[in-house]
Amino acid sequence: MDNEKKGRFGIHGGQYVPETLMNELILLEQQYEHYKKDPEFIREFETLLKEYAGRPSLLYYAEKMTKDLGGAKIYLKREDLNHTGAHKINNVLGQVLLAKKMGKTRVIAETGAGQHGVATATAAALLGLECEIFMGKEDTIRQALNVYRMELLGATVHSVTSGTQTLKDAVNEAMREWTNRVDDTHYVLGSVMGPHPFPMIVRDFQSVISEEAREQILAKEGKLPNAIIACVGGGSNAIGAFYHFIPDKEVALIGCEAAGHGVDTEKNAATIANGSLGIFHGMKSYFCQNKDGQIAPVYSISAGLDYPGIGPEHANLHDTRRATYVPVTDEEAVCAFEYLARTEGIICAIESAHAVAHARKIAPGMKKDEIIIICLSGRGDKDVAAIARYRGRKIDE
Amino acid sequence: MSRIQKAFENKKAFIGFVTGGDPSLEKSLEFILTMESAGADLIEIGIPFSDPIAEGPVIQEANLRALAANTDTESIFRLVSMVREKSEVPLILLTYVNPVFKYGYEAFFAKCRETGVDGIIMPDLPFEEKNELAGIAESYGIDVISLIAPTSQERIQMIAKEAKGFLYVVSSMGVTGVRKEISVKLDEIMPQIRAASSIPAAVGFGVSSPEQAEKIAKQADGVIVGSAIVRIIEKHGANAAGPLYDYVKSMKEAITGK
Repeated sequence: MDNEKKGRFGIHGGQYVPETLMNELILLEQQYEHYKKDPEFIREFETLLKEYAGRPSLLYYAEKMTKDLGGAKIYLKREDLNHTGAHKINNVLGQVLLAKKMGKTRVIAETGAGQHGVATATAAALLGLECEIFMGKEDTIRQALNVYRMELLGATVHSVTSGTQTLKDAVNEAMREWTNRVDDTHYVLGSVMGPHPFPMIVRDFQSVISEEAREQILAKEGKLPNAIIACVGGGSNAIGAFYHFIPDKEVALIGCEAAGHGVDTEKNAATIANGSLGIFHGMKSYFCQNKDGQIAPVYSISAGLDYPGIGPEHANLHDTRRATYVPVTDEEAVCAFEYLARTEGIICAIESAHAVAHARKIAPGMKKDEIIIICLSGRGDKDVAAIARYRGRKIDE
Repeated sequence: MSRIQKAFENKKAFIGFVTGGDPSLEKSLEFILTMESAGADLIEIGIPFSDPIAEGPVIQEANLRALAANTDTESIFRLVSMVREKSEVPLILLTYVNPVFKYGYEAFFAKCRETGVDGIIMPDLPFEEKNELAGIAESYGIDVISLIAPTSQERIQMIAKEAKGFLYVVSSMGVTGVRKEISVKLDEIMPQIRAASSIPAAVGFGVSSPEQAEKIAKQADGVIVGSAIVRIIEKHGANAAGPLYDYVKSMKEAITGK
């Protein structure tokens, strides 16, 4: 806990940001520490989660998938059923409410797939704050519908044309904008990354996933699961799904990284498999980079996992071997996306399909009384056209 | 007395910035020597980085040009050696912390001393994180330059007290780039700095015109110019030496009141 106070997870984390942002980060930490204990804040936040986002999310027994794979019992933690269609809303409601309490009138955010941008625009609309979203130009094309959604919600979307024009560059641009205008603006970071206190704040707001899942599985099965599986880009749904199981050493925690065309190719975003220790986007952690510390252009079919780093708490869970991180390719994820649709009638996000793919690999080898919980982090409406194109069908969005 | 200290001795210093390797190492060498002959007292050399989060569009583009010319950390050290064969001008590396971390702090600062680097500025290494390398840098005689921002307020004293070389006073919110107006209230910040430390304070971020420079130099010990110089290099490419000379000369004259 002492380490966490300094914003460290083992050797990872920290606050590697321009001096311009330091006082704001210190203030944010103080305000968060205050409000997280404030009964009024807690009540408002819990009401938003329950009445607006639709929590608790279901823990669904995927019986057909279980029977088909012939091994472990599979449960899906249905974050895809949240308002706005992904786990992102959990963090966003917390942060935008916090921003409002802090007297901010404007929020900015980066987005990859657009889920975090949509969630931020939604919360800003609801709570009456101005909202600007930074999105890589490449992603505005891959996820054109989400751009329009954000605009419908009253947000301004900035198409980022620097660098690789994806999530990493959207983060760069959002950080630049924050240094430009910090007085009235809160940066709603979307994942468990960036400088302290963001990895802690985002994790706390997302930990509702494992808090609920733990109670739900104990109520349904009377025992803890054998494994939790979640996809990992920055790692917010994964840390949320892992967090309350971390002390339960018998529960395996498995994060699925985007291996793109394969970890041995140039085109992947598998940070634990291919990255090395570095300092970037405000934190010390693992990053895909070259020998000179230049951040590598990464690739994944999934815009939400297309990020060259991983949150510092995950880096530490990897170092301490409490969690395991495995690569999943585009092809495996697309097959899992199709499989879940056919088998369970659920079209999940291509990000979440990475977790489903790994469950398909390991469930058959497990005993029938063993249990896997997959965090189904988002729904797949946004991906349907892209998957069709991947399979050679030309469909306009 | 170090080269950096000498640069501020009894005069207002002009500090010019180039991104190393933009458009080539040889041209960077020529531009650095040109700026020195035009009156620059210190030179900042940027190590190009893939994701320069504190830079505006002009220096972002320069980073891309330098990286496209295959400039890496080793080539920046070669550039420093080339400058040192011909000049004693104080040299400061401007780099994000990751290239330094990846090189290895010990190896990096040893190489700095070996090639003749005097100081280092890392825009993403605030006071709270500097201890992981400050001791190593000091043991090799390299000054880690601290920054003060318009938002620093009560942090000024703490930062100024431990500052080495000179203090880099960030004049504006946001990223680097030419600005019409300089927003920082120097008459509020400078007395706080002077009260905490006798270290020279130079002002940068957004400074481009001789009029701005002249005004700043009335209160500060030096003026730092980046984007305006890089813009000249962007415009004139390999032929930038002439216009650079004229520009630096006009800026130096403005701050020394000649």
